[in-house]
Amino acid sequence: MTEYQGPAPIGTPPILELIDLHAAYGRIEVLRGVDLLVPRGAVMALLGANGAGKTTLLRVLSGLMPSTSGDVHLSGVHISNATPDQLTRAGLTMVPEGRGVFPNLTVEENLWLSSYSGQPVEKILTNAYARFPRLKERRRQLAGSLSGGEQQMLSLARALASDPALLLLDELSMGLAPLIVESLYDSVAEIAEAGVSILVVEQFASSALRVSDYAAVMQGGRIVETGEPGEIESKLNELYFGGAA
Amino acid sequence: MLSDFVSFTVQGLFLGAAYAIAASGLVLTYATTRVFNLAHGATSMVMAFIYWQLHIGSGLPTWLSLVLVLFVIAPLFGIVLERVVMRGLGDAPVSVSLVVTVGLFVFLVGLAQQFWPADKPRNIDYFFGYDSFPLFGVRVSYHYVITIVLSAIVAAALYMLLNRTRTGTAMRAAVDNKELLELFGANANRVSMLSWAIGSQLAALAGILLVSYTGLDYYTLTFLVISAFAAAMLGRLSSLPLTYAGAIVLGLASAYFPGYIHGGPLIQTGLQSSLPTFMLFAILIFVPQVRLRVGQVKGILAANVPTRQRTLVSAIGLLVVCLIVMPFLDPTNMLRLGIGVAYAMVMLSLVLLTGYGGYVSLAQFTFVGVGAAVVAKMDTTSPLAILFAVLISAAIGALVSLPVLRLTGLYLALATLAFGQLMDKLVFQADFLFGFGGTLQAQRVSLLGYNFNNTRSYVVLMLLVFLLMGAGLLVLRRGPVGRLLIALRDSPAACGTLGLNQRWFRVAVFSASAGMAGLAGALLAGLQGTVTPVAFATLQSLPLLLVAVVAGVTSVSGAFLGGLLLMLLPVIQATIPSLSGLVFLVIGVGAILLGRDPNGLVNVLFKGLRQLEPHLPLPPRLRALTAGPPAPAAEAESVPEAQVAGHGVA
Amino acid sequence: MALLEVTRVTVRFGGITAVNDASLSVDLGTITGLIGPNGAGKTTLFNVITGLQSPTSGHVRFKNDDVTKATVNHRAKMGMGRTFQRLEAFGSLTVRENIQVAREIHAGARNWFSFRKDPKVDELIEVVGLRRYVDHRADSVPTGVARLLEMARALAIEPKLLLLDEPSSGLDEAETKGFGKLLQQLAADGCAILMVEHDMDLVMGVCDLIHVLEFGKVIATGTAAEIRGNRAVQAAYLGFSDAAGIPIPDDVAAEATAIIGAHSASETTMTLPAVETERR
Repeated sequence: MTEYQGPAPIGTPPILELIDLHAAYGRIEVLRGVDLLVPRGAVMALLGANGAGKTTLLRVLSGLMPSTSGDVHLSGVHISNATPDQLTRAGLTMVPEGRGVFPNLTVEENLWLSSYSGQPVEKILTNAYARFPRLKERRRQLAGSLSGGEQQMLSLARALASDPALLLLDELSMGLAPLIVESLYDSVAEIAEAGVSILVVEQFASSALRVSDYAAVMQGGRIVETGEPGEIESKLNELYFGGAA
Repeated sequence: MLSDFVSFTVQGLFLGAAYAIAASGLVLTYATTRVFNLAHGATSMVMAFIYWQLHIGSGLPTWLSLVLVLFVIAPLFGIVLERVVMRGLGDAPVSVSLVVTVGLFVFLVGLAQQFWPADKPRNIDYFFGYDSFPLFGVRVSYHYVITIVLSAIVAAALYMLLNRTRTGTAMRAAVDNKELLELFGANANRVSMLSWAIGSQLAALAGILLVSYTGLDYYTLTFLVISAFAAAMLGRLSSLPLTYAGAIVLGLASAYFPGYIHGGPLIQTGLQSSLPTFMLFAILIFVPQVRLRVGQVKGILAANVPTRQRTLVSAIGLLVVCLIVMPFLDPTNMLRLGIGVAYAMVMLSLVLLTGYGGYVSLAQFTFVGVGAAVVAKMDTTSPLAILFAVLISAAIGALVSLPVLRLTGLYLALATLAFGQLMDKLVFQADFLFGFGGTLQAQRVSLLGYNFNNTRSYVVLMLLVFLLMGAGLLVLRRGPVGRLLIALRDSPAACGTLGLNQRWFRVAVFSASAGMAGLAGALLAGLQGTVTPVAFATLQSLPLLLVAVVAGVTSVSGAFLGGLLLMLLPVIQATIPSLSGLVFLVIGVGAILLGRDPNGLVNVLFKGLRQLEPHLPLPPRLRALTAGPPAPAAEAESVPEAQVAGHGVA
Repeated sequence: MALLEVTRVTVRFGGITAVNDASLSVDLGTITGLIGPNGAGKTTLFNVITGLQSPTSGHVRFKNDDVTKATVNHRAKMGMGRTFQRLEAFGSLTVRENIQVAREIHAGARNWFSFRKDPKVDELIEVVGLRRYVDHRADSVPTGVARLLEMARALAIEPKLLLLDEPSSGLDEAETKGFGKLLQQLAADGCAILMVEHDMDLVMGVCDLIHVLEFGKVIATGTAAEIRGNRAVQAAYLGFSDAAGIPIPDDVAAEATAIIGAHSASETTMTLPAVETERR
């Protein structure tokens, strides 16, 4: 793991580049030409009202849903129609909305399965327990019996097990107490410091913005704004409560 | 007597062990892919035939035949099955996934009939022949011991696989969330392929172990699936230990039963062979209620409902065509036309149940049998006999559906299968009905003093009844009941929150469908004069369902086409015996292909006809009939199946 | 006595507590809002009230009857109507047929074999404003329209209590305003409304009482003005926590108040996209 060097120098391809990406559920188009660039090593917060298409975008990026047109480049490599398992092994993985764990498997079994990403299981367990000691205490418990925060830790640990270059996080905070959300985002900041690029979709905008280098705003299936977290934060009210202050 | 007891116990353990192997394969595939493989027993049967072919037919040594079947052919079969037939089926409604596996069931039976015609007896010896060792004064066959040991090994191996290997863990995970498994980096399709490969292996193993006990034929092993269902149901289709327990109990019961309970042939063979069915039924009744689930609702493309005018024109057209054709039919073909019309009525009952309602009945012919039996027993020409036939069929239908309708479609379908088997083995053969292997005579109805002694007039009567039923069904479909059926299929949760008592509504639908089948049976009995229970065996209900789906289970014209096709099946088989298996093959493949398109062949025909139409020299009137409405959706109700009718019986 | 009383309801799924000792009540003729962040347990609470989910503990009383164990359809017959967050319109039926079915279920089996036209169907289509879409299949209309359809369908059973799960998502600004008026009209006609909603303009504008749910607990109850000034609510929405011992800087608190409080006076509402997309 390398020390965080700040955004990569000009000339290296961005970790993620989306060009005019479209996707639809049946006849209803949900992504209507998404253009986005995530610099290598950066944390980008993706904000937007319910229904703006954020979760759909993450589903398309992680291969769970096909795009209808447009291009996705991961480190300059075209990955438009790869399957989720291929993407995970190629270094792009997602922590899905809700709880991204198998509730009927134990903590250890969940981590064991993440070795499908190509990493040795011993390394996965060592890293996961070092980062989240709580998981070690609970390793023989069913994941479904963990608290929400612990499940989210497990979900993060699983995603990190694939040694990702780019991590997609969807609503880490859902249904969790603020203190737990804060501590999860501390972990996210640590992960970013270790050099992992992160695209995070979050309703708890302040938590996500706290750890972000950039922020983008999505509306009606398009990216309508990108900028520094500070600039975007001032537009939170429009995003969340539908009115200008 | 101790020796008897030991002997029965060993035999029971042998049977239970073999059932357990079969059942665990069924549970494995269901638990990992959510497809309930009705053709599991048929797989056992075909694998046993292949084993016979290699071992006896080609003279390969036992070990080589076993290795080939268990480790090459069966797993390959499972993999191909997953890739070609089952993939993505787990998310489909039960009415689709069940029909597809019924298609596979019939396909495999057809395959066996085609490749291994019933021209000579085929036998497979026990492993080590009749070698045995003494135990408490009885000789215990090595074959039994091997089976029991293998069953234990299979249990241990499955336990190890599912709990101690990453692949097995992935199999358990795949049930919960396939997408998540892919995000973990695993290839979910490969995982389900492996489940199917192992499932087929276990089916093959159970088949080979049992075949020397049951004998090699098309059906005994195929219906092994019921014993496996019963055992698997005890484990709620998920727990392997409970499944094993269920299998052993079932095995012991079927060994003790004939040993300790004595009675007539009905009790002896009937009751014994229905033990698994009883158990299945009992377990189904006690499985707890399933909650209404909120989920993404998908509309289903269904055939458009024709307007009143179109229905009328189509009905008159069909009647006229039949009247024109009839004088050219000899008595045999006239009878066949009548049978076709009766079958078409049964198909109509499936249009209501499956096409509109989305439920699957695997024993629709049993209700036909009830109707026929009632008419025969009443032995009168009064129309009251027909009325009674309908009412009794409907009442029995309500009884069957009552305990299981709070469950999902899969359980209802399995309950009908169990019901059909019980009727076959116990009720139809009882003295108060047909008697053991017996027949009954039935009289034709007379209306207002008119006796339909002439077959042609009786067929015209049947045709009229069919048309009335069809028109009635369409009226129903256009009205509140039709809308409710579709609504309930689309979102049970929303129907509940609007205040619909779903259980009674479903019982009513199932009962009405059973009544319609009973009416078909009542009229069929009058047509044929002689009624045998064989015609209403559960086994007949499966091709019925398939033909209905293939022809088009969402439309009345599909039902007519289906009725004629079903009537033609035995005709084709009798005319060209070498094709007897092939017919099943074709229907099986058809169901597998068309299972996902509920509108069926009739829809394909109409679409094709409409495309051809500009090039055909049709009279304007007919043209108007085949022309669809502007809507893009499938349109199915129209006339030209009459052409099929003429063609079919000529 | 309130029309609906939810008393200390808790729902656990495995180790997760989706609803935690929540109590609330809804009075006749009022509009009650239920707000809170995603995953706070609002939809689960709706499912408990309508009977799609049985609570681990607690009671639901409706019209002074304990209905905790009553079936879904029984509660509907008693006068509970609801819409769904993830739409449950009858996809293969047209918009008109959807409403017709609801009327027919309401009318009961006795009327299933008559083919008389029910004037109420057209009335509902007009009330909700669906005339343009009457002959479209329900699975082909935009989400906003489907939500209105579910609303009309729920109204078809003439409910005393109407539960709306995010009814305005997918509606544009003008439609949302009209929708708010419709809700007030219904309340004035004596219907009680309980609504889960993210559009704060709408919630603050029409609700007589607001309950705030956060990780399964009701953390605040009050009028729009009271809720606006409530720190716990600000924390729940913006992720700042004072309950957890992290002090909120005054400038941040002021900003949060501005965010939650300022919009109801505002005229420039952001237009929501016409389609709802976040589906699994």
